[in-house]
Amino acid sequence: MQVLYFGWVRSRIGIAREELSPPDGVNNVAGLIEWLKARGGVYADALENSASVRVAVNQEIAPLDAAITDTDEVALFPPMTGG
Amino acid sequence: MIRVQTEDFDIGAEITRITEGNTEIGGLASFVGLVRDYAGDEKISAMTLEHYPGMTENKLEALEAEARERWQLQDVLIVHRYGRLEPGDRIVLVVTASPHREASLESCQFLIDWLKTKAPFWKLEERESGAQWVESRETDSVAAERWLRVTDT
Repeated sequence: MQVLYFGWVRSRIGIAREELSPPDGVNNVAGLIEWLKARGGVYADALENSASVRVAVNQEIAPLDAAITDTDEVALFPPMTGG
Repeated sequence: MIRVQTEDFDIGAEITRITEGNTEIGGLASFVGLVRDYAGDEKISAMTLEHYPGMTENKLEALEAEARERWQLQDVLIVHRYGRLEPGDRIVLVVTASPHREASLESCQFLIDWLKTKAPFWKLEERESGAQWVESRETDSVAAERWLRVTDT
């Protein structure tokens, strides 16, 4: 699974994207965020306030209960500030 | 038409390109967003815009399609820059052209309101006190929501 980070999520984690293989039990976005937080360190710091983290699955805004699989591109980021 | 680029844009040239040869256009509205040199009471020396390549283009195209569905428009142009910009630099250009003014004025405001909250950009300000990510503003969400229709979920 390709996982991308933007905004302060990216700057806190320290990388823009990575290839991850979450365990079988992780099958939605909320599960992925919890699994990442459990890694501790910069992940726990970046995702601590997960209520302010927004998600896109395959480049479409998605809710926390959106299902994800190994072939998906998942992006985690703060609320967007375009314009 | 939408474009996502690092380069600056020439407002006059863009508008000329839209109106040239299209005499059905009776009114054209434009919005230009610029980098301010302050945030609250702090000076800003620069702003770096980060975006989500791929999703950004898709989202801007979807916004253009939405505007064309809601209003009778002859043309739509959205140019959004990314990268490091300094105070006074242009960030974004929205141009809408229609036979009559109402459609162009309203759709231009609609597009910039939705760009604020629905286009995947993030802004990092270089302030006197250090680098600071720009937070989304409640007033921007309210401005975006007024364009929601009862059929939207």
